[in-house]
Amino acid sequence: MINSGDTAWVLISSALVMLMTPGLAFFYGGMVRRKNILGVLMQCFIILCALSVQWVLFGYSLAFHPGNGFWGGFGWFGLNGVGLEPYADYAATIPHQAFMIFQAMFAIITPALIIGAFAERMKFSAFLIFTLLWATFVYDPVCHWVWGVGGWLRNFGALDFAGGTVVHINAGIAALVTALVIGKRKTFNHGSPVPHSMAFVVLGTALLWFGWFGFNAGSALAANGLAVNAFVVTNTAAAAAGLSWAILDWLKHGKPTVFGTASGAVAGLVAITPAAGFVGVIPAIIIGLLVSVFCFIAVSIVKPKLGYDDALDAFGVHCVGGIWGALATGLFASKAINSAGANGLFFGNPKQFTIQLTAVLVTLVYSFVATFVLYKLVNVFMGIRVSEKEELMGLDLTQHHETAYTVLE
Amino acid sequence: MKLIIAIIRPYQLEAVKEELYKAEVNLITVSEVLGHGRQKGVTEIYRGAKETGNLLKKVHLEIAVNENFVEPTIKAIVKGAKTGETGDGKIFVLDLKECIRIRTEERGSLAIG
Repeated sequence: MINSGDTAWVLISSALVMLMTPGLAFFYGGMVRRKNILGVLMQCFIILCALSVQWVLFGYSLAFHPGNGFWGGFGWFGLNGVGLEPYADYAATIPHQAFMIFQAMFAIITPALIIGAFAERMKFSAFLIFTLLWATFVYDPVCHWVWGVGGWLRNFGALDFAGGTVVHINAGIAALVTALVIGKRKTFNHGSPVPHSMAFVVLGTALLWFGWFGFNAGSALAANGLAVNAFVVTNTAAAAAGLSWAILDWLKHGKPTVFGTASGAVAGLVAITPAAGFVGVIPAIIIGLLVSVFCFIAVSIVKPKLGYDDALDAFGVHCVGGIWGALATGLFASKAINSAGANGLFFGNPKQFTIQLTAVLVTLVYSFVATFVLYKLVNVFMGIRVSEKEELMGLDLTQHHETAYTVLE
Repeated sequence: MKLIIAIIRPYQLEAVKEELYKAEVNLITVSEVLGHGRQKGVTEIYRGAKETGNLLKKVHLEIAVNENFVEPTIKAIVKGAKTGETGDGKIFVLDLKECIRIRTEERGSLAIG
C-alpha cells in the first residue's frame, strides 16, 4: 500500500543524497591545487552520469535482486520487473522505483569517495573504466551482501542502517589500495601541496551535511519516528565531531583550523551513518566526539609516519570513521530505538559486537583484494597514472582542455 | 649587485625553488603573469569552441643578488626550469643600483644578504 508521505520523503531524500556528490566534489576540489580542481569536479560529475545509467541497466539488479547470498544476478536487468508498486521486502509503502532511485544515489557517491585518494594524478579515461568496474564488482556485490534480500551478511545479522560498511568502509579501504599502488604525487621536499580554496572545502562540507539528512534519515524509507531519530542523531554526531576536531587542533597546533573542523564534521557524519537508525542521542555525541580522535590520529600522525599519499584522506576519514561507526553500532544499538534492530554490547548483547566486527573485516578484505585486482587490470591495459609532465601541468588542462580560473579577462 | 628576472613555466616553479634553496638563494619574489614568446599559447576548448593563442600563465621571479651569487642563481633557475621544449622562458640580468633594507636602513650588498 503506497503511502504518499513516505514516498514524498524518499523522493526528497534521493534528491538530497544526489546533492552530496557535487558537495563532495567541492569538498575535495577545494583541497587540491587550483590546476586540478576541474579534474576533481569532472570525476565526481561523470560518476553521477555514468553510474546513473549503470544502475538502472544492471547495477540495481546485481545489488538488490533476490539472487543468492553473494550477488543479485540479472533478474531486474533494465529495471524489468521494477515497477511502481511497492516491493515489500525492501519498503512496503513506497513504489519500488522510489527505493531504486534512492539507492542509485548511494551507488553514485560511494565510488566518488575514492577520488580523494588518487586525486591530482589519475588519467581520466582509466579512472572512468576503473570506476565502472569497481561499482560493478565491488560496490554492487557488497551492497547485496549487506542489504539485498538473501545477502549473506544481512542474514548473518549485521546492522548497517545507511551504509557504514557498504559505503564508507568499502570506499575507504579501496582508497587506501589506490593510494598505495598509484604512488605519491610528484611534489618536492616541502611537504604536501596546500589546498587551494578552503572556502570550497566549507561549501562542500555544508552540502554534504545537508545531503546527509537524506542519506541517513531517508534510510528509514518512511516519514516516521525512525527517520526523525536518524535525522537528530546525524546532526548531533556531525556537530560533536566538528567540535571535537577543532579542540584537537587547538590543543595540538595552537589554533582551531577551518579545515580540521570541516573534516571533523564529515567524519562525524561518516561514523553515525551505520548507527543512525539504532542509537539515541547520547551515544551519537560519544560517537561524534571519538571519531574525530581516531581520524585525527589516522590523518595527522599515522599517514605521515607510513608515508602513503592518500591525497585528500579518503581512507583516513571514511574508512577509519566507518569502522568506528560500524563497531559503535555494535556497542550502542538499542531495541528501544528500533525494535527491528538489535541490542548492542552496552545493552547486554555482546554477540552483536562480534557480528559487526565480522562484517567490517569481511568488507575490508574483499574490497582490498578486489580493488587491487581491478586496479592492476586497468593499469595493464591503459596505464592509470598521467605522465609526469601532465601531472605538473595539472589535470584541468591536460585531461579536459580547460582551466578553472583566469588571471586576466 | 644584480637583479635577476626570470619568466618560467608555472609548473616548474617548485623545481626552481628547490634548486634555488640548494644554491642557498633564499630571497625571492614571485608573481603570476600572462604572456607568450615563440610558444604562442595553449589550446583550450569551451563547448567545442577552440581557443588558441591564449596568453599562457607564466611565473615571474625577481631575485636581487650580490655578484658572487649571480652565476649560481642563473644555473639554479636553468636547472629547475629547463625542459628543452619551446616555452621554457627567459632570464634577464640587470644591474642593480641600490638596495635598502627598510627595517634597518642598511644599504648595498649588506642589505641584499
